[in-house]
Amino acid sequence: MTDHVLETDRSGGLRGISDALWRNPRLVILLLLTPPALWLGIVYLGSLFALLAQSFFSIDEFSGLIQYEFTLKTYKELFTPTNLDIIIRTVVMSACVTIAAAIVAFPIAYYAARYARGKWKALFYLGVMLPLWSSYLVKVYSWKLILAKEGILNWLFETLHLSWLLNAYLSIPVIGGNSLSVSWTGTFLVFLYVWLPFMILPIQASLERVPRSMTEASGDLGASPRQTFCHVLFPLALPGVIAGSIFTFSLTLGDYIIPQIVGSSRRFIGQAVYAYQGTAGNIPLAAAFAVVPIVIMAFYLWIAKRMGAFDAL
Amino acid sequence: MRSDRAPLGLKIAAGLGLAFMHLPILLIFVYAFTTEDKSYQWPPPGFTTKWFGVTWARPDVWEALSLSVRVAAISTAIALVLGTLCAAAVSRTKFFGREVVSLMVILPIALPGIITGISLRSAFNLADIPFSFWTIVLGHATFCVVVVYNNAVARFRRTSGSLVEASMDLGADGFQTFRYVILPNIATALLAGGMLAFALSFDEVIVTTFTAGQQQTLPIWMLEELVRPRERPVTNVVAMVVVIVTFLPILGAYYLTRGTDTVAGQGK
Repeated sequence: MTDHVLETDRSGGLRGISDALWRNPRLVILLLLTPPALWLGIVYLGSLFALLAQSFFSIDEFSGLIQYEFTLKTYKELFTPTNLDIIIRTVVMSACVTIAAAIVAFPIAYYAARYARGKWKALFYLGVMLPLWSSYLVKVYSWKLILAKEGILNWLFETLHLSWLLNAYLSIPVIGGNSLSVSWTGTFLVFLYVWLPFMILPIQASLERVPRSMTEASGDLGASPRQTFCHVLFPLALPGVIAGSIFTFSLTLGDYIIPQIVGSSRRFIGQAVYAYQGTAGNIPLAAAFAVVPIVIMAFYLWIAKRMGAFDAL
Repeated sequence: MRSDRAPLGLKIAAGLGLAFMHLPILLIFVYAFTTEDKSYQWPPPGFTTKWFGVTWARPDVWEALSLSVRVAAISTAIALVLGTLCAAAVSRTKFFGREVVSLMVILPIALPGIITGISLRSAFNLADIPFSFWTIVLGHATFCVVVVYNNAVARFRRTSGSLVEASMDLGADGFQTFRYVILPNIATALLAGGMLAFALSFDEVIVTTFTAGQQQTLPIWMLEELVRPRERPVTNVVAMVVVIVTFLPILGAYYLTRGTDTVAGQGK
């Protein structure tokens, strides 16, 4: 392979370019970065700013046309009780999903990081990767099958003669509803299911970095397993938990498909954005709504950065 | 810790968690064979393979599938080029604005998809660009860059700079070094990144709803069926096929990056 490399002519045109590039590392960087910077800068950031700019316009209530004048009127509309409700509802749901995901994810991540070896380790890894990468819509669809009135979950409750328990649960206001598939509990379960792998991977990564000697030392110094967990393991894994929570929180915040398919008719932010930009044609309000998750996530990322979550990514 | 055996409670919790992640997908496989076609009745009253034939004969499914594959292939190609360039720049040298570049690459995936989607849509409207195959690709390539970038940057970090210097010392020029030294080193990472980008694009629905006009990619078709079910058994079969088809690139990507400490899918 190297023979013909050595034979190449030193004075060739390509050679000249190559030498010039080697002498100018900055030029190389510039050449490397220009295409992606152009693409992301124009296509992505360009449209993002175009959207944000529109949130400062307003819509004429009578004609339904967009007025291209700077105003904060649209932002004020966000704070009407209905819209505020939507925002609070979405944030609460995101928080619940995030906390539940952390609780469910931790044992899986801990087992995979601390105990799984060889074949089992690979199995655990694939066991997380396959659900993570399998189709989002198929996952949502599978829950539609599970939560349906004639579906497997109701059948299970009936076979175990526990239908009364399910009905009692569904009669609780707010989280209950006519059936699981139109209740917030249903929406919550689907969110939890779909985003769970995003929580497991960062927690596992941060747990793998905890030296085993630490937990051993803690045990030697007389700490019970519970104390070791609370005072050694969990604080060390916290950056991973926060890194995972960035995904679960952000993804729940912006999703509009899951609450549309499984859930009550009360809207989430994503659905509001979708409805305002679509049938209502109120792009300014949709844009203003889109700013809400951006602001929340910016704030969230800022806190996460301060707590060292980015090292766990 | 006293022993290398996991406590029973942890085993059960981890096992239940894994079951929670996998049983719903397995359920899809059962439903693909059910004889019931009006509802989601469980347990299925009987089993049949006739829906596979019905699905096979549906032109709308084939059109959606073909569009999805074409979009994913072109988006992946664009993402491979852009992602590798970014990763090469970021990993080789320290320069002003490095952090900005990583942030810019990650942003399309870190912000909720609906924001990417609606920004693109309003930009297309402002610029009077009609929706087409290429508007879908534009959106997909943008968020696929990050997957390729993540894989490539991890590999570049482990590829020692002395290899490049040795190649130069032996008389290779920059292009030869790239062709014979750098490319073989990063090839598997790129292939893995490309597979994951393909899977990501193939499955993407949120951005696509905003950037597609009348055209239906497979996920859009699926969404349509979820919102307004027409023929449920066909949906079941398509769902099962999608599961199987997406598993293959994931397994492939896993075997390609195995043993190199890459958490390939992180930051989907």
